Formats: sequence, C-alpha cells, structure tokens
Amino acid sequence: MDLNAMPQNQLLLQIMQLEFAAVELNLFLDTHPDCQESLAQFNQIHQQLMQCKHAYEQMCGPLINFGFSPNVGNCWRWVETPWPWEIKY
Amino acid sequence: MWLYEKKLQIPVRVCGPNPRLAKYVITQYGGPEGELSASLRYLNMRYSMPTNKAKGVLTDIGTEELAHMEIVATLVYKLLEGASVDQIKAADLGGHYATHGKALFWQDPNGVPWVAAYVSATGDPVADLHENLAAEQKARAVYENLIRLSDDPEVTNVLRWLREREVVHFQRFGETLMDVQEHMKQKKFY
Repeated sequence: MDLNAMPQNQLLLQIMQLEFAAVELNLFLDTHPDCQESLAQFNQIHQQLMQCKHAYEQMCGPLINFGFSPNVGNCWRWVETPWPWEIKY
Repeated sequence: MWLYEKKLQIPVRVCGPNPRLAKYVITQYGGPEGELSASLRYLNMRYSMPTNKAKGVLTDIGTEELAHMEIVATLVYKLLEGASVDQIKAADLGGHYATHGKALFWQDPNGVPWVAAYVSATGDPVADLHENLAAEQKARAVYENLIRLSDDPEVTNVLRWLREREVVHFQRFGETLMDVQEHMKQKKFY
C-alpha cells in the first residue's frame, strides 16, 4: 500500500501496531539474545516502522522530540500537532 | 536520556463521560500497584543489577511502564472530559474536584496520595527481582478488579491489554531472575 496515500489516523494505527511488535520482540530478545528468528523479525519490523514513521512525519509533523524527527515546513510543528491524550481515535 | 514520542502505545477510546470509572481507574496511575510505581521501581533498580541482561530488561520494561502511565492518564482524562459537576458529585468524586478540578493526581480511588514507600529496593538482585515478579502479579490482579468494575466496553478493552502486558513482563522478569541466579552461582570468590 502507498503509505503517503493513507489517512493520518490509519498510518498512526499502523505505526502503533509495528512499534508494539518491536517492543515485544525487544523484551523477548533481552532474555533470548540468540534467537535468530526473533532477530530477523525485529530487523524486518524496524524497516517497516521506519518507512511508516517517515511517511507520517512528512505528512503530519514530528513524532519524536530533541532532533530525532525532522520538522517539515516553515513553522515549528512539534507543539501544533495533536497531543496523544486528546486524539479521538 | 529519554525521548518523548508523541503517540500513545495503543489507541484509547471511551464511550463517554464516566467519572465513577475514572475514580476507579486512577488507582493504576497513582495507587500502590500503579504504573508510576512500576516504572520508578524498575528504573531505580537498574543501578544495583549484576548482569547486562537484567539492566536491559529493567530499562526496557521501566520505559514501557511510562507509556502505560500515559495510557491510564488518557483513560482518566477522557472519562472526565465533558463530565458535569453534578455527575462528578454523584460519582463521589467531589472531594477530588474540590482540590484538583479535572486535573490528574497521583492517588488511589480513596484519595490516598502516591508515596515512594510503594517502591522497594534492597540492593539484593534476587530479592529485588522477586519484588518485581510480585508487583506484576499484583498489577494483573488490580487490572482484573478494574475489568470487573468497568461498565464501558472501550475502557475494558484497554484494561485487558494492560493486564496482558503484566503477564508478559512477569515472564521476562522470571527469565531474568533465573539468569541472575545462574550468574551468581558461577561467580568465583577468592
């Protein structure tokens, strides 16, 4: 699917799903550091997650503060995009 | 160093204003088995752990608990959003409203404020990891109590997900404990 054509909310949900999978694999790998299947899955999820985050940040503004996300456009978008607890999913 | 990601870990929806449920759910924000206690307990324990694996597990679970704290805060925020003062009084939340309005506060449903004594740290890695195993079980039990109290299916879905995370964390801490015990057994003293 073309990530740039996805509605904002759907892209955010996709990011949540991928990142949750990454968190879960991260915790599992903390105690199973040699599990090759999980290592492969982790890196695969990482790639997909970075693609989704890149598309989201181009469209909707930065996800992470302190220089880990770009600011696209000519105004500071970090403070303008909706705060997570206010979003109506 | 920590970074803030401007998103919740999972979507949080509520069916509508429900101050009574907010009053119950806030226990997982500032109650003894809540997410603040969990996060601070684990992040604080990292410094006295003997293995890199244990430091990693505590860092990562402690950080995930911060995200769960934000989920619980969002539940309370949304359950109070649009609630009238009459609804708040009827839900026996008038005492909270008098002091805090609709602000969140680190407290349990009875208004008992969060205290650092909810968190334990002995410096003994085996004792401390057992503390974490117990903490995850207690948090699971509290989520099950909340699920029984919930009359909002959207809130119940979020509570079920949070409950499931306690089970996964318990599993990871169990593996960490076995690894630490193995490490201590092998340690040579001269």
